Amino acid sequence: MNLPLGQFQDAFIDALYLRPAPLLQNLTRQPAFAVYRNTVMAGCVDALRANFPSVETLVGADWMQQAAAAYAQHTPPDDARLIRYGATFAAFLQDSQASHGLPYLADVARLDWHWCEVFSAIEQPCLALADLAGMTASDLGRSHLRPRQNVRWQWFDAHPALSLWRCSREGLPWPQSQPWVAEGALLSADQHGVNHQPLEAGGCMFLDACAAGHSLESASQLALQRQPDLDFTNLLGRLMQARVFLPLSFD
Amino acid sequence: MNRTAPLGAGLGLKPEHFAPALACNADGLWYEVHPENYMVGGPRLAWLQRMAERHALSLHGVALSLAADAEPDITHLRRLRVLIDQVNPVLVSEHLAWSTWRDQYHPDLLPFPRSHEALARISDNILRTQDALGRCIAIENPSHYLQLQGHDLDEIEFLDELVRRTGCTLLLDINNVHVSAHNLGFNAKDYLDRFPAHAISEVHLAGHSHDDQGALLIDSHDTAIAEPVWALYRRLIARIGARPTLIERDGNLPAFDELLAERAIAQTTLDHAGALP
Repeated sequence: MNLPLGQFQDAFIDALYLRPAPLLQNLTRQPAFAVYRNTVMAGCVDALRANFPSVETLVGADWMQQAAAAYAQHTPPDDARLIRYGATFAAFLQDSQASHGLPYLADVARLDWHWCEVFSAIEQPCLALADLAGMTASDLGRSHLRPRQNVRWQWFDAHPALSLWRCSREGLPWPQSQPWVAEGALLSADQHGVNHQPLEAGGCMFLDACAAGHSLESASQLALQRQPDLDFTNLLGRLMQARVFLPLSFD
Repeated sequence: MNRTAPLGAGLGLKPEHFAPALACNADGLWYEVHPENYMVGGPRLAWLQRMAERHALSLHGVALSLAADAEPDITHLRRLRVLIDQVNPVLVSEHLAWSTWRDQYHPDLLPFPRSHEALARISDNILRTQDALGRCIAIENPSHYLQLQGHDLDEIEFLDELVRRTGCTLLLDINNVHVSAHNLGFNAKDYLDRFPAHAISEVHLAGHSHDDQGALLIDSHDTAIAEPVWALYRRLIARIGARPTLIERDGNLPAFDELLAERAIAQTTLDHAGALP
């Protein structure tokens, strides 16, 4: 039977993902159909392994292969730029914690995903210290500091997620002296690669507030509420050095 | 600088080879990448822009999904146009296949029946693509594994008609012909002898492997080019003259020098064929 092209493609996709495709039985019973199933699945799995290397270090290649295949079976890529594949993989790992037993695995996956987002972000202009010269305190307080697209940050209440991620990603041994405490992370990219550094709870709150559109004055107050002992001047200096912000905008 | 030299034999560019590839000065050398890996910002795009300042580049797409029963994704086309403007490629190509369907991307080059309906849809999709990109593209013949029913035209007739209707050119992948001839049981030499020489703007060479059962050849790009593929290449170039030729290697990546040695074989074949067009 000759199917219209669209109907053929609907049925072909069903068959690829092992759903019933009675209209294509003459194809699916050929051993060669497995070539397409295998290639599509391998493409998805390889992309997830490339995007989540720290997860693979923690769980091993075999478990990662199975988890990636299970994820891909239900969540194919929605973008041909495969470095953007896996936006919900961390949530998938969180939901399947019973199968891996690592309560911090999803947070490590979130940092791998932040790395992908930062690595592939479009370059944007950057706020320079010189842009602040001559501004009054009042001007500065009213200004909005907006984070650039190639910056991500997150506070992890339950685990030393940055240390776990860094050791996994860089193949470092877990230091016995490492305290099991909450950690935050800041990732930023330049033309040479992705940089990461610790970020305190107040710093994460400050960037959350900046991203939500708060003025500098309001964002700094929220940060100090979150972390009363925050050295705000030091924080701002580190964020400027990491080229976190877009050029200033005002109300 | 090879940026403006005539295109001889080129290599698929892998990030692992970036430093030696950037520095290499072999005559006629050029590089090809999949644009989907660079339609982003950040360090990866910066690497490609550095390469484009020194070497001629070709963008060989895998995801325009021209054979899908849908118009090409406008967002994808816009991103591709931006990349073209950023790196000024000498060639832009796509596959006669589909991979995106109903907003999901299935990372393979999927087959379809070469029906009159498909011919009309793909011709329209190529025209839309060429309009959006402001240039002609080349269309690559696919690898085949399945005995598909419902063809109204054979592949040569189909490609010929696409050229006639759209003004596109053709990218002839000789390894795909060899693999498909083995898997579907046709004669590769007869196919190549009928391939419309005037439309060929680029030739691809690659290695292949056997499937687990040993019955099928797989277009795996993970081995050196096999001698039967070299023989078909020499025969083709003797018939049509020199054409820009690209060696693809995606898996079991050897050292850059090893790929350069394989590339030298293709370059010698081109040199013996006379001046490049």
